[in-house]
Amino acid sequence: MMMNQMLRYGSLAFGVAALAATVALRAQDAPGGGPTAVEVSGEGKEVYEQICQACHMADAKGGGGAGAVIPALAGNPRLADKDYPTVILLKGRGGMPWFSDILTPEQMAAVLTYVRGHFNDYQDPVTVADIERVTTASPPVPDCNCTQ
Amino acid sequence: MDHTILPQTRRELLSMIGKAGGGVAMYQAMTALGHAAETQFSGPPALAGARKGASVLVLGAGLAGMLAAHELTKAGYKVQVLEFQDRPGGRNYSIRGGDKVVETDGTVQDCNFAPGNYLNPGPWRIPHHHRTLLHYCKALGVELEPFIQLNHNAFVHRTKAFGGKPQRYREVATDFKGHVSELMGKALNAGSLDDKLTKEDKDKLLVAMREWGALDKNMAYTGDLKVASQRGYDRAPGGGVGGAPTPSAVNSLSDTLSSNVWTQMGFFFNYVMQTTMFQPKGGMDMIGKAFFKQVGKLVRLNTRVTAIAQNDQGVSVSWEDTKTGQKGVAAADYCVCTIPATILNQIDIQVGPAMKAALKALPYSNSVKIGLEMKRRFWEEDYSIYGGHSFTDQAISLISYPNNNFFKDGSAVLLGAFAGGAGGYQLAGMTPAQRIEAALVQGSVFHPAEYRKEFASGVAFAWSRAPWIMGCCATWTEESRAAHYQNLCALDGRIVLAGEHASYYGCWMEGALLSSLDAITRLHQRAQAA
Ligand SMILES: Cc1cc2nc3c(=O)[nH]c(=O)nc-3n(C[C@H](O)[C@H](O)[C@H](O)COP(=O)(O)OP(=O)(O)OC[C@H]3O[C@@H](n4cnc5c(N)ncnc54)[C@H](O)[C@@H]3O)c2cc1C
Ligand code: HEC
Repeated sequence: MMMNQMLRYGSLAFGVAALAATVALRAQDAPGGGPTAVEVSGEGKEVYEQICQACHMADAKGGGGAGAVIPALAGNPRLADKDYPTVILLKGRGGMPWFSDILTPEQMAAVLTYVRGHFNDYQDPVTVADIERVTTASPPVPDCNCTQ
Repeated sequence: MDHTILPQTRRELLSMIGKAGGGVAMYQAMTALGHAAETQFSGPPALAGARKGASVLVLGAGLAGMLAAHELTKAGYKVQVLEFQDRPGGRNYSIRGGDKVVETDGTVQDCNFAPGNYLNPGPWRIPHHHRTLLHYCKALGVELEPFIQLNHNAFVHRTKAFGGKPQRYREVATDFKGHVSELMGKALNAGSLDDKLTKEDKDKLLVAMREWGALDKNMAYTGDLKVASQRGYDRAPGGGVGGAPTPSAVNSLSDTLSSNVWTQMGFFFNYVMQTTMFQPKGGMDMIGKAFFKQVGKLVRLNTRVTAIAQNDQGVSVSWEDTKTGQKGVAAADYCVCTIPATILNQIDIQVGPAMKAALKALPYSNSVKIGLEMKRRFWEEDYSIYGGHSFTDQAISLISYPNNNFFKDGSAVLLGAFAGGAGGYQLAGMTPAQRIEAALVQGSVFHPAEYRKEFASGVAFAWSRAPWIMGCCATWTEESRAAHYQNLCALDGRIVLAGEHASYYGCWMEGALLSSLDAITRLHQRAQAA
């Protein structure tokens, strides 16, 4: 259940500390309580629910209207190539933030495996090695094709 | 007689320098007078003498867009503004009873707050050095009142400190200061720092530690009446025969450290977070409304921009009416585009690859704010908390108490969450009812007996689900700024971008205004040179 996840705390994850540092650098209006104890799960489904669902929705069908689209991740042919979502997760694109600062390579691999396997039928897993390979190769971010 | 005209006042002198040497000379002169290091604002721009019939299309009626429209009209341009939403102001926004909040998946919340109550889901506080914003607030008649930023009597809470029991900021902050001073004193007296300090500075520092840390004559942080005069009493001073106070017991160094109170102490040192801070009376959107009063007749609401094209003759912008479906094209000589980058990245916009790359590289932060209407001001009545924030390391990050209508009977709205990062995503991923439930659970740590009992209704605003922005504020990194910032700001043909994202004051209204003034000044120069 969502509530239980919210109330489950653990040690200060590396990712959370890194995020705090970037927030300070941004000097944006911020709550000021310091890093929270909120921990993101290591399990793909839960990463999806705790992070991606905020924009892509629980059913992964996305939202918004023309010209202001959160693309669907469900039934998305662009995810057939596993490097496509990987580079977007690592580098962000437009309104899609990069998650290299709040998710570990393990969490990124897990959530991409879940998104590709559960909301689509691409069963080959995304591995930590994939994340590292794409991080090193650092290909350009593919353009948004959000209307298709 | 000498014919030099001597300025009467510093302001006249500055305006003379401004006319002779332009903004940079003016800024340097102001700084030399010890006057302006706190801002790059040097007064409203003196744009004048637009060519007859010259026109500008402004896209977006947030603060950046409406300021551009206001100043360009004064300069003589024919201006039209296109705005997606059914209200002006953009992120400058307040939610009141009767308002509807629609999210990207179509979810609708009805706000049921009592008349006079509101939530500021976005901007809520204004630093005293945001001179541009304060200038226009004054000029447009927006009444400001204090925003209580620092409240020593509010709480800090960490799940794993003090058995999860919230502590008063005053107590743990005093303890932190006291213990650190005592340790510093020990190190100094042990001679550990003798190679770092002159004898004279060492003596001064010892005095400083004793006074600042409220240490006793043995340089110990003990919890005597001197300490109590900072952290509070078990029995407060009274009158007459039983008037003598008893001090409160201090926390151990280890417990104090576990509270992480230094993060709040450090937070209040941030330049943009220092007192004095302000808020508009009646809701933050009073600022947007005041601008709208000036430029409202130029603004077409419910109008979504779908494409932006330009050639050497001018700019043409395609739009669609979100209520009627009517489509149209607006044309002008120039365009000031203040549409958030998240949206602009998905719009067909005819600009060069450098600006496009900049838009693509600019994701937005996320944030969730939750307003909880409570039937009475229990935080004032039962806890002596008047404004300010109680901090927690749970997802909600803080609760914040209203800064107005102190001591009044009747309901009031608490800010029940200001969540970012992972906690913000978690809350945004829930339904509005689940978010409010989570805020009640988490906020109850501060006011367990009252929180649920006094709760009347709530509204939960998730920025990543707002259909007109899909995020909170532009997120620059040092690398992305180096690679893209100038390309984002540079005039591209007849189009210039403006807004919070095109500033070094990201996520502040001040940044939106400064960006707008800079953009229209450059646009005006370009138009005059054409
Ligand atoms: C959670 C939060 C807290 C904040 N706290 C503070 C604070 O305490 N103090 C402070 O000073 N600042 C704060 N800010 C920042 C402040 O709100 C912004 O910097 C400022 O309001 C941005 O103004 P803008 O004109 O650049 O953009 P906006 O106000 O976003 O204006 C852009 C406009 O473009 C419109 N638009 C979008 N798409 C289209 C389209 N296709 N066609 C036409 N129009 C379109 C939008 O509807 C909007 O009205 C906060 C922001 C957030 C989100
Ligand atoms: C703050 C909102 C937000 C969150 C949170 C978010 N996304 Fe996105 N995502 C977007 C937006 C907006 C786009 C479209 C970007 C654009 O305009 O180019 C997008 C695009 C994508 C794409 C490309 C889709 C395509 O068809 O091109 C993928 C893949 C993706 N997101 C995966 C994820 C995953 C996995 C997560 C969770 C770890 C996540 N997103 C979290 C907003 C978000």
